[in-house]
Order: sequence, then C-alpha cells, then structure tokens
Amino acid sequence: MADTVLFEFLHTEMVAELWAHDPDPGPGVSVGSRGEEAGATTGQKMSLSVLEGMGFRVGQALGERLPRETLAFREELDVLKFLCKDLWVAVFQKQMDSLRTNHQGTYVLQDNSFPLLLPMASGLQYLEEAPKFLAFTCGLLRGALCTLGIESVVTASVAALPVCKFQVVIPKS
Amino acid sequence: SSRSASRVSSELFTLTYGALVTQLCKDYENDEDVNKQLHHNLFCNFLPRGFNIGVRLIEDFLARSNVGRCHDFRETADVIAKVAFKMYLGITPSITNWSPAGDEFSLILENNPLVDFVELPDNHSSLIYSNLLCGVLRGALEMVQMAVEAKFVQDTLKGDGVTEIRMRFIRRIEDNLPAGEE
Repeated sequence: MADTVLFEFLHTEMVAELWAHDPDPGPGVSVGSRGEEAGATTGQKMSLSVLEGMGFRVGQALGERLPRETLAFREELDVLKFLCKDLWVAVFQKQMDSLRTNHQGTYVLQDNSFPLLLPMASGLQYLEEAPKFLAFTCGLLRGALCTLGIESVVTASVAALPVCKFQVVIPKS
Repeated sequence: SSRSASRVSSELFTLTYGALVTQLCKDYENDEDVNKQLHHNLFCNFLPRGFNIGVRLIEDFLARSNVGRCHDFRETADVIAKVAFKMYLGITPSITNWSPAGDEFSLILENNPLVDFVELPDNHSSLIYSNLLCGVLRGALEMVQMAVEAKFVQDTLKGDGVTEIRMRFIRRIEDNLPAGEE
C-alpha cells in the first residue's frame, strides 16, 4: 500500500486552485483557525478558512480511525504526544520533531522537514507562500483534537522552509 | 486496535477529497454571487486538476510497481484495476463489459470510494465529484502514450447498484517530430 502521495498531490492541487482565482494575491499571512489575519484579502481569508475547514473535517475522521492503545489519555500532554507520533506518522510517515509546552495549555509542535513544504525550495525564498500550505494541516490538528474531546486554536508559522511550527492553544474554561 | 496506520493512510485521500466536495457544496449554497463564481470555477476545474495529479502519479506508480510496458488495452485494464487501484485506494475493481473491438471496458466498484465521506445536498449536481478520478486516469495514461476517455456511468452515490467507470481507448499518442527530423 502506497503512502500518502495521492493525498499530497491532491493537497497541492487544492491550494493551487483556491489561489488561482484570487485577484490580489498579496503578501502571505500567518494562518489561524478562522483565517482572520490583518492584511489578508477577502479572497485569501476565504481560501485559508476553506482549507482549514476541510482539514478540520479530515482531522475529525482521522481522530476516530487511528488506533489508540490507551483509550483514556491520562492527561492533556498525552493527547499532544499522540498527535505528534501516531497522527503525524499516519499522515506524513514521520513523527513531529519536537514538542514543547508551557504546561498552561500552550504547545508548540515543530516539524523540521514538513512534507507539504518540501517541494518548495528551502530557506526564505517562498516564505510568503508557506501559509497556504499549512492551513489544511492546522485544521487537521484541530479536528483530531476535537474528536479526542479538546477544543483548541491551532496556528502555524514558518521562519525558514521547510521548518514549521504548529501552535496549539487549549483555553482553560 | 482494529485499524493499522497504513489503512488510515489509504483513507486520507478519500477523506480529503470527500471533505473538499462537501465543503464546496455547502459553501456554494450559502454564498453570494461573487463566491458562487469562485466555487463554480473550482467545480469545473476538477477535471484538469485531476489530470495534473495523474501526470505526477504515473511516475510514482511506475517507480513503485515495476510493471513493464503494456502490449494492449487488456493488459492496461489489468494493471489499472489490480495494481494501481489497489496500491493507491486499497480496492480492486472488477473489469467487465469489454467492447467487441477491445477498446472499451468498465471498472466496477461495489462502492464509490468517496461515498462514505461525501454528503451531497439533494438538489446539487453530483457529477463534479467524479471528475477528479476520471482526470487522474486520463492524465496518467496520457503520460504512457494513451489518449483515453474515462467517465462514471453508474454511481452508488446517485442510487445505482454499483459504481461503474467506463474507459475508452481513443488513440495512441505518438511523439510529434517536426517535419524533416527523424
């Protein structure tokens, strides 16, 4: 069974299609769960939120389908570790490279060679384009967390390709 | 645990495509005119986008599968159903309804692989979602010098008993050398 190359090709085409009709591409913006970032055009906001929304649905479904050795995670950090290991391996055939937390509901997940950014040149050249390629995956993480009972806000940032950081904020009620 | 990670991987494409179609159908119904146009373009462009995917996919397929050149359309059908579909979608369609000339056949899938993950509003055309898969088939085969037509003629998503993709061989694509060059 092949890995997820068909998904990666589809993801590339989805991003390209959503941006093909944007009359004013403008500079890139950082990605949030609602695409509400200063400087984004209406078309960009809609495209980013469409991608994030689709990723959310897929993440929800994956959260249901992945085998879980412990059905009840002992604590919130276990859920994040599950995403960094099991979810990331299932989707990207690799684990997240690092996970940090302030133990107050904020987690930073870093991938040093994020597969959806790899086809683009490394470094700073296509930095402006990177957010488009992260929106779906932000939704994916948010959706998986939702299935596992956790509401979150997921954003992503890139300092230099192909390294990217996903920030997961879990508000305390 | 009942599912392996590789099984999950195999569903990732169909989950994503299902989410794409569902999202666009819902947004289409709620949108103002300007967004309707964007979504209309997205729908119509599925076929060429699928074509792009097929063009890239064939390289991946040939590298992984090591299948040799197909000598006729029957061999091609076998490779598509038994190797390619299995490899990328985890299913093996059956091959039926060969034309007497051997230039058309049907792939029968008991279920549309996308049907579990797609919710189409009743009043929306369900044609668009199949365009992607047909585009992939056309794009991949064009890269191995075959011009084909692919279309869904039955679909479980529309209430048919099976999903049937009709494949038709149009012609061999020869390299076009400029006049005077051999």
